Amino acid sequence: MTAFILFAILVLVGVAIWQITKIFELSQFGQTKDDSQVANDKDNHRNGQLMFAFLVFIYLFTIYSFWAFGDVLLPDAASEHGQDIDRLMWISFALIFFVQTITQALLHYFSWKYRGRKGQKALFYADNDKLEFIWTIIPVITLAGLIMYGLFTWTAIMNIEENDEALVVELYAQQFNWKARYAGADGVLGDANVRFLQDFDGLNLVGIDASDPNGLDDVVVQELHLPKGREIIFKMRSQDVLHSAYMPHFRAQMNCVPGMITEFAFTPSMTTEEMRQTPEMAAKVQKINKIRYENSQALIANGEVALDAYQFDYLLLCNKICGASHYNMQMKIVVEEERDFNKWLAQQTTFAQTIQP
Amino acid sequence: MGADHAHHKETFITKYIFSQDHKMIAKQYLITGLIMGIIGIAMSLLFRLQLAWPEKSFWVFDTFLGKWAPEGVMDPNVYLALVTIHGTLMVFFVLTAGLSGTFSNLLIPLQIGARDMASGLLNMISYWLFFLSSVIMIASLFVESGPAAAGWTIYPPLSALPQAQPGSGLGMTLWLVSMAIFIASSLLGSLNYIVTVINLRTKGMSMTRLPLTIWAFFVTAIIGVVSFPVLLSAALLLIMDRSFGTSFFLSDIFIQGEVLHYQGGSPVLYEHLFWFLGHPEVYIVLLPALGITSEVLATNARKPIFGYRAMVASILAIAFLSTIVWGHHMFISGMNPFLGSVFTFTTLLIAIPSAVKAFNYITTLWKGNLQMNPGMLFSIGLVSTFISGGLTGIILGDSTLDINVHDTYFVVAHFHLVMGISALYGLFAGVYHWFPKMFGRMMNKNLGYLHFWVTAICAYGVFFPMHFIGMAGLPRRYYSNTAFPYFDDLANINVIITIFALIAGAAQLVFLYNFIASIFYGKKAVQNPWKSNTLEWTTPVEHIHGNWPGEIPHVERWAYDYSKPGHDEDFIPQNVPLAEGEEELQH
Repeated sequence: MTAFILFAILVLVGVAIWQITKIFELSQFGQTKDDSQVANDKDNHRNGQLMFAFLVFIYLFTIYSFWAFGDVLLPDAASEHGQDIDRLMWISFALIFFVQTITQALLHYFSWKYRGRKGQKALFYADNDKLEFIWTIIPVITLAGLIMYGLFTWTAIMNIEENDEALVVELYAQQFNWKARYAGADGVLGDANVRFLQDFDGLNLVGIDASDPNGLDDVVVQELHLPKGREIIFKMRSQDVLHSAYMPHFRAQMNCVPGMITEFAFTPSMTTEEMRQTPEMAAKVQKINKIRYENSQALIANGEVALDAYQFDYLLLCNKICGASHYNMQMKIVVEEERDFNKWLAQQTTFAQTIQP
Repeated sequence: MGADHAHHKETFITKYIFSQDHKMIAKQYLITGLIMGIIGIAMSLLFRLQLAWPEKSFWVFDTFLGKWAPEGVMDPNVYLALVTIHGTLMVFFVLTAGLSGTFSNLLIPLQIGARDMASGLLNMISYWLFFLSSVIMIASLFVESGPAAAGWTIYPPLSALPQAQPGSGLGMTLWLVSMAIFIASSLLGSLNYIVTVINLRTKGMSMTRLPLTIWAFFVTAIIGVVSFPVLLSAALLLIMDRSFGTSFFLSDIFIQGEVLHYQGGSPVLYEHLFWFLGHPEVYIVLLPALGITSEVLATNARKPIFGYRAMVASILAIAFLSTIVWGHHMFISGMNPFLGSVFTFTTLLIAIPSAVKAFNYITTLWKGNLQMNPGMLFSIGLVSTFISGGLTGIILGDSTLDINVHDTYFVVAHFHLVMGISALYGLFAGVYHWFPKMFGRMMNKNLGYLHFWVTAICAYGVFFPMHFIGMAGLPRRYYSNTAFPYFDDLANINVIITIFALIAGAAQLVFLYNFIASIFYGKKAVQNPWKSNTLEWTTPVEHIHGNWPGEIPHVERWAYDYSKPGHDEDFIPQNVPLAEGEEELQH
């Protein structure tokens, strides 16, 4: 695949260079030697043609990119609000492609069609209020629609209301890992602050205030488990620098800011297992494993260890530059049925158990 | 200021170094900017190598990075330093000082009919402050702990705490000092531009006859004066947090096994201050490029720019809106979601004047007689990338959609196309177009064509696939994506992007060669090679103090009387009086 892509690029670049050298030769050894360095008819003609060719290049490259790279895009959202985001995304994209196709066509077509010729005179056409009005009002109406749609969706996503049904989870960021805290049986997260991090010989991983009874049954884990179909309200903290909790498959992201608690909420709509079973994900994982297999062959030939086979898991990534290992600050997310989730949670150690002498 | 100005005795130092002549200062800005550009682009090629072939050993790393690339493999801290300094150099030193500094200085006096800037001394100080800040920024590359590495936005606490990363040590101090000086330079320059445009226009040069270049430079200077001081305050507060123990941006921090004393500050405050400049900065970079395009496009299309009034109105609208949209960089920073709604609204509004500009450019080409000079090609290219990059702004400016593409490669692709490449094209268009005015010689057009076409193909080759990487969910500023098997299928795309980037880099060498060789060996320029209307082409080819040997020409018409019916020539310079019975266009 890489070889093919490289080949295609080389051909494209080759054609371009050939075209350009042709211009070069033509204007160098033309019959009437013109060294004014101002474009003459021949330059106008050649470059006008290249403008049209460039339009074709943009279109072909767009089509090629969708064909070759289309399968790397994120799969359908695995959260309820994510489906709204995806719908708005596709509407916006349809609009963008429509406008892009037309405006680029006009721009490059005019550049070719009206290339300069000796003796030709341009049309003196300086103003037209009606036209100006039309192409002011069309963006106004289109954008008004997009803004309305966007704002309703935004308000629905960001309007987070505490309720008994929802599960509250704290995401805790530090250079360069993530932790998660569940509220335990009482459903309330205990108070916490970085001042308490040094208590209990470093066992107090997220700085829970041991004098707050609500905190004693809290559970701190290194792998995020979420029940499907239940609203999760995330409370985010950071102990050192800015981080950003990015969960691309759920269309969820929020910065973690030292000194304040930020919030985001979503309802997972697909378990990890269900996502693995979708045809798109199965194909993607197969492709990745093929790449890993090829890379492993090279590694083995060098006497190194082969790569593990890959299995899909949801990801929590850091998406705000946070230092040297920013690129490897991640946590696995497991979405499962509610009963599996409850079983898992019951097996975890509570804060009270952790700090017991 | 009189004609006798031209006969002052000049020494080498007053002519070439501490010059107060706006034309010489423009050249100084251009050459300094180009040098910074070479460094900035070279850095991008280094980190593109790392991204395409992660953690592989390269001799270039070994040679240029030394101990920061043990056995030729780039260190993650160095990767972050490279992206940080690449961003800083390109945004501020190349596209702000290099672009606006060069062409505002060159063109404002020449196109409005003034003998020089309002204050030559301030102008000279402005350049030398810029030079000083450049030297400090470059010096920061050589300190023991490395240059600043917190991203060009240098968000605290990462930038505030030397414990957080090596780049937040002395390198960051130098970055802040350099930027503080840079801002002083920029403010002096901008004030000078504003005063000059308001006070020194020649007789007849009413505001409605100003070429659009000058409108763009004028409004850019106003945006700069409004927003740069806010960045200065952010930098000063950050310096205080770093060096004097204040807590403006810091609170509740535990790092390296230690609870720090900071209480009550907020990084979100810094983000507000930074982006209050940071977003207008986009237009500080872009408007001069659009101004240059307006001029180059009209001249080479042999047609009036379409919708002069609408163009001026959209420049003003963009300038106003640019100061109230900064929050779209902060939708997910933890600020109140209601603010997010407001900023979405203002941000999408800015698409309207931008769309008007793009449509007007396209209409300017319609039924023209396009002279495909290299400057013209870059102007058309600018309109193309401005549209391609601008359209994805509809997605990023929408807070709902921003949630999932924020800080991914989608953003990188968007802003490189719409402000990076577009503004660079504006810079190139300006250099090709006004090279005869600056150096009295012509650049080679064939090398110009080669430069443009390779660059144009590679610009799309680099940044179009980058949208896909972003839509795949890959965050920016990752040293490599090998830590996530999920992203293994992006490796191919990264290789393609890097190959295009390397070819694009090579194409800039063609430009560089053409630029330097033409200064010395280019064909001697005639007075008005592009048959342009604006006043700078009424000055002699040889530079003289005071610009015009005799009286300053009076302006009798607007700048865009190209192919006006009833005239033999297809251009009528601004100083030519209206013929009997000829009507000036009402605009």
